[in-house]
Amino acid sequence: MNRLGGIFWGLVFLAVPVLGVAVFAVAPAINVWLPKDISAHGYQIDSLFYFILALTGVVFIATELLLFWFIWKYDAARGERKATYIQGSHTLEVVWTIIPAATLLFLAIYQMNAWANVKMRRPDMPPTVEVVARQFEWRLRYPGRDGVLGTADDLHLVNDLHLPVDEEILVQLKSMDVLHSFFLPNLRIKQDAVPGMKIPVWFRATETGGFDIVCAELCGWGHYKMKGRITFVSRPEFDAWLDRKYSEQEATQPVAEAVGEMAVR
Amino acid sequence: MSTVTAPVSTEHGHPPASQHSVSTFLSTYVFSKDHKVIGLQFLFSTLLWFLIGGLLALAVRWQVAWPWSDVPVVGKLFAQQGGQMSPEFYTMLFTMHATVMIFLVIIPILAGAFGNFLIPLMIGADDMAFPTLNMLSYWFMWPAFIAFGASFFVEGGAASSGWTSYPPLSTNVASSPGSGWGQTLWLIGLTFVGVSSMLGSVNYMTTIILMRAPGMTMFRLPMTIWAMFITAVLQAFALPVLTAAGFMQMSDRMFSTGFFTPENNIVNNAVAGPGGGQPLLWQHLFWFYSHPAVYIMILPAMGMVSDILTCFARKPLFGYRPMVYSIAGIAGLGFIVWGHHMFMSGMNPALGITFMVSTMMIALPSAVKTFNWLGTVWGGRIQFTTAMLFALSFVSMFIIGGLSGIFMAATPVDIFIHDTYFIVAHFHYVLFAGTAMGVWAAIYFWFPKMFGRTMNEFWGKVHFFLTFVFLNGTFFTMHILGAVGFPRRLADAYHYETFHHLQPMNAFMTYCAIGMVASQIIFAVNFFWSMFYGPVAGRNPWNANGLEWTAPSPPGHGNFDVQPVVYRGPYEYSVPGVEKDHLMQTDPPNAAAAAAAASAH
Repeated sequence: MNRLGGIFWGLVFLAVPVLGVAVFAVAPAINVWLPKDISAHGYQIDSLFYFILALTGVVFIATELLLFWFIWKYDAARGERKATYIQGSHTLEVVWTIIPAATLLFLAIYQMNAWANVKMRRPDMPPTVEVVARQFEWRLRYPGRDGVLGTADDLHLVNDLHLPVDEEILVQLKSMDVLHSFFLPNLRIKQDAVPGMKIPVWFRATETGGFDIVCAELCGWGHYKMKGRITFVSRPEFDAWLDRKYSEQEATQPVAEAVGEMAVR
Repeated sequence: MSTVTAPVSTEHGHPPASQHSVSTFLSTYVFSKDHKVIGLQFLFSTLLWFLIGGLLALAVRWQVAWPWSDVPVVGKLFAQQGGQMSPEFYTMLFTMHATVMIFLVIIPILAGAFGNFLIPLMIGADDMAFPTLNMLSYWFMWPAFIAFGASFFVEGGAASSGWTSYPPLSTNVASSPGSGWGQTLWLIGLTFVGVSSMLGSVNYMTTIILMRAPGMTMFRLPMTIWAMFITAVLQAFALPVLTAAGFMQMSDRMFSTGFFTPENNIVNNAVAGPGGGQPLLWQHLFWFYSHPAVYIMILPAMGMVSDILTCFARKPLFGYRPMVYSIAGIAGLGFIVWGHHMFMSGMNPALGITFMVSTMMIALPSAVKTFNWLGTVWGGRIQFTTAMLFALSFVSMFIIGGLSGIFMAATPVDIFIHDTYFIVAHFHYVLFAGTAMGVWAAIYFWFPKMFGRTMNEFWGKVHFFLTFVFLNGTFFTMHILGAVGFPRRLADAYHYETFHHLQPMNAFMTYCAIGMVASQIIFAVNFFWSMFYGPVAGRNPWNANGLEWTAPSPPGHGNFDVQPVVYRGPYEYSVPGVEKDHLMQTDPPNAAAAAAAASAH
């Protein structure tokens, strides 16, 4: 190993961009990639992801190739040349300060709109459902027939969130005990649930089907099993489901008792 | 090690070594006030904790790859669970892995070990400004070692609310078994680590400002010293906030105050504390320290790598001043980016935008540094020593860690990748593939100065090659795992539809991690063998030109035979018109005198 020179070590360093690019090229083919997006806003996030991937990919490949090239070419074993005595270059410093600065600034401004859509432009509507996180489950509360949350006819469920497709949904997110995070991989939604705060989360699904609700903020020993399901169905199916669940609740327990048990404010 | 062996010249009025030392074993090696001994004490302690932290990581990887399967070798320790790991044990493991690696390894090995050892030697001082304070900064680590170490054995186990210790999980014992004595000991340990860092940073700042050798202007300082200086400033300004926050959390836990617990907080069906506080307050205070701490954990490595690159490329550093300014820029911007850890936390999303812009901008000085490192290697005469290979890999890996940071700085993308393995990949590329590789570069480079012998180059390169391959096998794949949204800190994620197919990939990463830890056996054997049997190094085995290479190896008390006088900058390699390929910082400007000095070495 002592006799290995710039050729060998150059190849070792060349393997970084080669294999790095290979991993990212193969990953989508073996389904280790962004999960299917079923949200109306998700394309903004995904396209930004791909844009940054392309941008950083180019910089990654260029800089790693330069490093490989220098290691290969400027091996001390290649001839009795003296190293170039150079202290720096003002022009180069200016160039490689201004170009990244402009790129980063552009990136910063370019993405603001997507962020505002997901986190700042809250739709003007009453909450569709309240999600209350607690160790280690998602408690759900639908407004019931009067359409108002916090009244005696609220519908209470656990972990099984049904919502209508193609409609704007506003979730009111709370936590009873510790921090949790409401993560919907397929909807490109993530929001921490914080005890003492009511945080609005909104999205619109474009496809029906069942998907994962993951807790993404450490919430104790059972964090790994804090799993819920979010199911999108058509409006008529949703109304029917709501009716069914509502009568199930009324059959099993009186309304007042249900409210007493869920002393969650 | 205790006395200067070379003839002492009293010509320049330097106190002879005998004045310093009334040597007993205890005062020389244990309660020593000599910066070099203290540096080595830090080095040995942190390397030991590095081993512990690495084994904790392996246990974490085991559970992620093969959840609920019997743990090999140490499985007998969990006999009550039939050899399996419980989820609360797993939670404790990753909490303590991060805690140990950050607070007991990276920060103290950079500032404590290398800061202590190198600062006086590289600026031409005989010791630190406050030797007693320096000794205390090491000994204040011991209460921390004991607190963190003992916390594994208390009821409920060690802290298990993540190294970030977010309340209410960390403040309420009903929410997590580790939030009992384990968390209290964690806070005590953290406080002592903080005291130690503070004593160190005050000392480093004073020493660098006041004790530079004649002629050693600020802009003749090697990058290592600039980085250590700016790191010390960062630490001095950021640390009080963490210490205060730690006391507030302690008070919430022990005296039932409510800084971080809101009203009507119901944990495990019981009302928790008086309430009236805000969980997000902790996050702000914590990250106000811990984001600058990220730079505390990389800047010194950047400095050391700059010095090693120049030495083995036999070239001046490309863009010395831009390198200094970019470190200062990183440090300055480092204070206004903490909110990027909190994009999803429920913090006002408008505030998220300001933190996003500042975070994007902090990529700029990092880019400038990378380009300058490439410029340094360009046109050089590269010698492929082990230290150089580690330094080159630092650059190569920092490119990855730096670029992946842009993904999470972009707030919309962060919505998806926050708290996934993409983040885990990012910070391991910066902290392991970056800082740890930089630390190895520094160990191989300055080992001759520390022990008077060089490490074995052949086994050093084997160590480098295996570490480099396995670290990329472990961490690079984490990026695409993160692209699936695979969350951090889950004891078992395969029951989710989205993640059920990712087990084989995690198994591959765990095999690589095992290989990576196993490769360190080579390092450990090489390190200890070379301490006693390695080839004897002269004063300047690498033909480097910093002041430390004019001192004997290892330097005795007082470091230098004569007070060094500095005539030039730190990177005078391959100067045109000079026969030797490097000029020492102490070589006088006259060319003839330079040649004479060169032949005398």
